[in-house]
Amino acid sequence: MHRDHALDATFPHRHTYSAAAPTRPDGTRRALRIGLGGPVGTGKTATVAALCRALRDELSLAVVTNDIYTREDAEFLLREAVLPPDRIAAVETGACPHTAIRDDISANLEAVEDLEEHAGPLDLILVESGGDNLTATFSKGLVDAQIFVIDVSGGDDIPRKGGPGITTADLLVVNKTDLAPYVGVDLDTMARDAEAQRGPRPVLFTSLTSEGGVKPVADWTRERLTTWTTAPTT
Amino acid sequence: MNRAALFVLADGRFPAGGHAHSGGAEPAVAAGRITDAASLERFCRGRLHTAGLVAAGLAAAAADGHDPLALDAAADARTPAPALRTTARKLGRQMMRAARATWPSAALDDLAAARPHGAHQPVVLGLAARAAGLTPLDAAHAAAYEAVSGPATAVVRLLSLDPFDATAVLARLAPDQDRTAAAAVAATRRIPAEGLDALPAASAPLLDITAEQHAAWPVRLFAS
Ligand SMILES: Nc1nc2c(ncn2[C@@H]2O[C@H](COP(=O)(O)OP(=O)(O)OP(=O)(O)O)[C@@H](O)[C@H]2O)c(=O)[nH]1
Ligand SMILES: [Mg+2]
Repeated sequence: MHRDHALDATFPHRHTYSAAAPTRPDGTRRALRIGLGGPVGTGKTATVAALCRALRDELSLAVVTNDIYTREDAEFLLREAVLPPDRIAAVETGACPHTAIRDDISANLEAVEDLEEHAGPLDLILVESGGDNLTATFSKGLVDAQIFVIDVSGGDDIPRKGGPGITTADLLVVNKTDLAPYVGVDLDTMARDAEAQRGPRPVLFTSLTSEGGVKPVADWTRERLTTWTTAPTT
Repeated sequence: MNRAALFVLADGRFPAGGHAHSGGAEPAVAAGRITDAASLERFCRGRLHTAGLVAAGLAAAAADGHDPLALDAAADARTPAPALRTTARKLGRQMMRAARATWPSAALDDLAAARPHGAHQPVVLGLAARAAGLTPLDAAHAAAYEAVSGPATAVVRLLSLDPFDATAVLARLAPDQDRTAAAAVAATRRIPAEGLDALPAASAPLLDITAEQHAAWPVRLFAS
């Protein structure tokens, strides 16, 4: 202990440590990390799959999934072959996805770093949370931006209810707009309520079942990536 | 030395990945060996006096300043099940990340550099305790407590067991935890004369077997 403390006094900066540093140990810029959260079944995996298809020819991509008790999301992405298997990692969450993406992010950080190490250099890593409740948000130590995905079939009062996911996410996606007529949902009301909760933060309406339905989200992601790659790293 | 650091280190909310692990409780619940508070207590007592004692010995020795790489090899020798070795290293890596951010130290940096994919968790725990200015006995206590608190928390989720009953189990096991920690420290005192062979090497064959089986389950709530 004395030896270490003597060294600590001589080299006070030996142990600089920051989970969210924008650079890798070698000084190059790490991948942008975007988290996707939201209630169960709203279309998070469908969004991830569609984003991969839309962006994989222009960007180097990888995905981390956080399933609740299976490897379902990871296996869906593998089955759909949206990315090669070494670009998809599954984190086990002990029945509690919001713990793994917010309170104890250590397993997710390891998955992200392993992907960068084995498949890198990467431009973008998408981190999908298992379906959770309206309060589930990603830690800033894990992701640089987060998308909260809700759908019309959860009812048009969800944006009004708010909660940290709806109010603070960098992007709110309201998915499954194709179902709106069948579930009696008024999209204008949802848009108005979302704006009241979120102010200037963006809201996008998508229908992933239609051709090119993910385009607005892909465009938003490209913008974030441009901002990320042009920002200074120090 | 700063005793309050022990609460930080041993807190179930310390962000080192423990929340996703059941310590063998998930397969025990599935097999019907844990069904209520009484059977949880028996399970935890068994785990404490086997895996818990081994972990406490390794943690105390690391906190005492013994070579972490030699201790890591000693941990491998005491962990025959490959699934449990993988789990111990995964959790060791997560503990390392949390410890380096919490109590930066050259010793932690050195072990992280030597074992980038993780040293055994109890070794990292002991080194973290040392970096926090805690004693070998403190480190042994943290390891012993973790050996029982992990399964107890998991069983609350798995069986919807009354959380008050689960916490009472932990309280009833407190004297056993004290004895385990004391035995671990007593063993580390014999290291100068006997080498690392002095450290406890108790095994729990059923935990080893079910850990291997559990690792192959396609659907499970906990990572181990
Ligand atoms: N009609 C319609 N169905 C959709 C749309 N997007 C996704 N789905 C379907 O909704 C279901 C759930 O989608 P997922 O992408 O698995 O949802 P998720 O949010 O990842 O679900 P969890 O991970 O279980 O929380 C699937 O059957 C999708 O095919 C959409 O825009 N319209
Ligand atoms: Mg999903």
